[in-house]
Amino acid sequence: MPGLEDLYREIILDHYRNPRNRGELDVPPATRTEGYNPLCGDEIVIFLDLDADGRISDIRISGQGCSISQSSASMMSAAVKGHTVDEVRDLTKAFKAMMSIHESSLEGEADGAEDDAAALADVKLGDLEALRGVVKFPVRIKCATLAWNTLAQGLNEAGGS
Amino acid sequence: MAMTTTSPLDAAVLKKDFPLLVGVESHGTPIVYLDSAATSQKPRVVLDAMETYYETINANVHRGVYEIAEEATNQMEAAREKVRRFINAPLTAEVVFTKNATESLNLVVGSWGRANLREGDIVVLTHMEHHANIVPWQMLAAEKGLELRWIPLDADGHLDLTDLDALLDRAKVLAFTAMSNVLGTLTPVRRLTDAAHAVGAVAVVDACQYVPHVPTDVAAMGADFVAFSGHKMCGPTGVGVLWGRAELLDAMPPFLGGGEMIRDVRLEGFTCNDLPWKFEAGTPPIAETIGLGAAIDYLQGLGMDRVRAHEIDMAGYALRVLNERFGDRISIYGPTVPEERGAVLAFSFDDLHPHDISQVLDQHGVCVRAGHHCAKPLMRVLGVGATARASLYLYNDERDVDALADALTAAADFFEL
Repeated sequence: MPGLEDLYREIILDHYRNPRNRGELDVPPATRTEGYNPLCGDEIVIFLDLDADGRISDIRISGQGCSISQSSASMMSAAVKGHTVDEVRDLTKAFKAMMSIHESSLEGEADGAEDDAAALADVKLGDLEALRGVVKFPVRIKCATLAWNTLAQGLNEAGGS
Repeated sequence: MAMTTTSPLDAAVLKKDFPLLVGVESHGTPIVYLDSAATSQKPRVVLDAMETYYETINANVHRGVYEIAEEATNQMEAAREKVRRFINAPLTAEVVFTKNATESLNLVVGSWGRANLREGDIVVLTHMEHHANIVPWQMLAAEKGLELRWIPLDADGHLDLTDLDALLDRAKVLAFTAMSNVLGTLTPVRRLTDAAHAVGAVAVVDACQYVPHVPTDVAAMGADFVAFSGHKMCGPTGVGVLWGRAELLDAMPPFLGGGEMIRDVRLEGFTCNDLPWKFEAGTPPIAETIGLGAAIDYLQGLGMDRVRAHEIDMAGYALRVLNERFGDRISIYGPTVPEERGAVLAFSFDDLHPHDISQVLDQHGVCVRAGHHCAKPLMRVLGVGATARASLYLYNDERDVDALADALTAAADFFEL
């Protein structure tokens, strides 16, 4: 039976207590995207600035949620800032693959999964690896993926390709 | 008999009636079940009644003329009569079996509402309603162009009835909860049904959290419709009740079409069955209604006045222990006077998110709900995204509350807050 330490790794608690990139950006030029977890009422708002090269020049997170959703959002913001939309999309795929292949396939992203797998093997998750233990607590997976799903939606709305 | 109706319940003894509460461990510790507002545990007598049905008289009801079919029909109809007596309804035919309270409310909205409400008509709800008593009205409002009005709350979690007359002006419906599933607030049911009737409005009572915990008398409530679920009152999932005044039910069109609800079907059309079967299309949850009947026998054996008295004691004990132990670190929502509320305690604790609280509590075998409790408008009024919620029932005792408090201390320690 998994214990609390599997879920709440120290780096997760650190991001929860000291969230990175917390706040808001002026809209426009930034875009604003909201995400909800209907199960627990968590709400997240992501503000994105994309530069002319298709890079995330700035990102801010607001909203409220549990330690898993907040720390996942915080770690995500640190991981994607300064990266191109394509790089972020690969990182998102790699993160969601770590969270649950099952969930990805449920959301119709299973096509070409095997091709992706090779590409994703090169993606470095870094600190995000700490969230791997969430998979042992299935009801919390949605908490960890909320920020990432909202980011993907935000990138679409921002017109990044 | 006098002694059994006045002596307090002994929850520690009653636990033994519930197989799950004595036979199941979670994380190596006996379960401390504090989520009865979501669903109650089931006593052995209810499980046995359902098993006996399947093992000895399983047959469809209201159809076969053979012995076991007749017995199944008799037992299901006996359960309907038990419900009638339990809520003091005037007529057995007014007791409609549904899937749950949500379906009961959808039946009212979809049948009575669709037939009787027109564009511009006003429906009055409250800020503390469960989604089941909001969304069906919103759906009909979008379809018909109805106006929804809302009774607000005061700082203590009671309904603020200051502007009730203005809110009810020209209203066609007042639909409200008898007990909040979040705040525990008991609402002034009779005052509200009288106020509704004074303006000619129909009074719909969501009694899903009320019937399991408080002696219920639908006649004294003065309501037109009362909805509740079996699974929150020691019964099985899959069966609920809509009680409605016969003259209203009689005049309503059917809700679902199919077998059982018809008297005759021709190629040109159909005629409806009598009440209550007019609203019971298809094979009903037979085992579940019989199980609900057994649950009612169990509750009446204990005495609903004793159940209510026990829960006032438990609410008082929980409020006192949690507030004394945690002071400003805990905010328990809803009325502070135990007599004005049920034993359902939604709370915020330190700055911990309810999900994180319940995760740590789970490690201690303590089962609480974390989330918005299907009452998102109320969450917004309270200014929170979610809360933790401990809800107690007849089988909970002081030790369960102490276990909750100990587990909350452990949660705070774990997150070093």
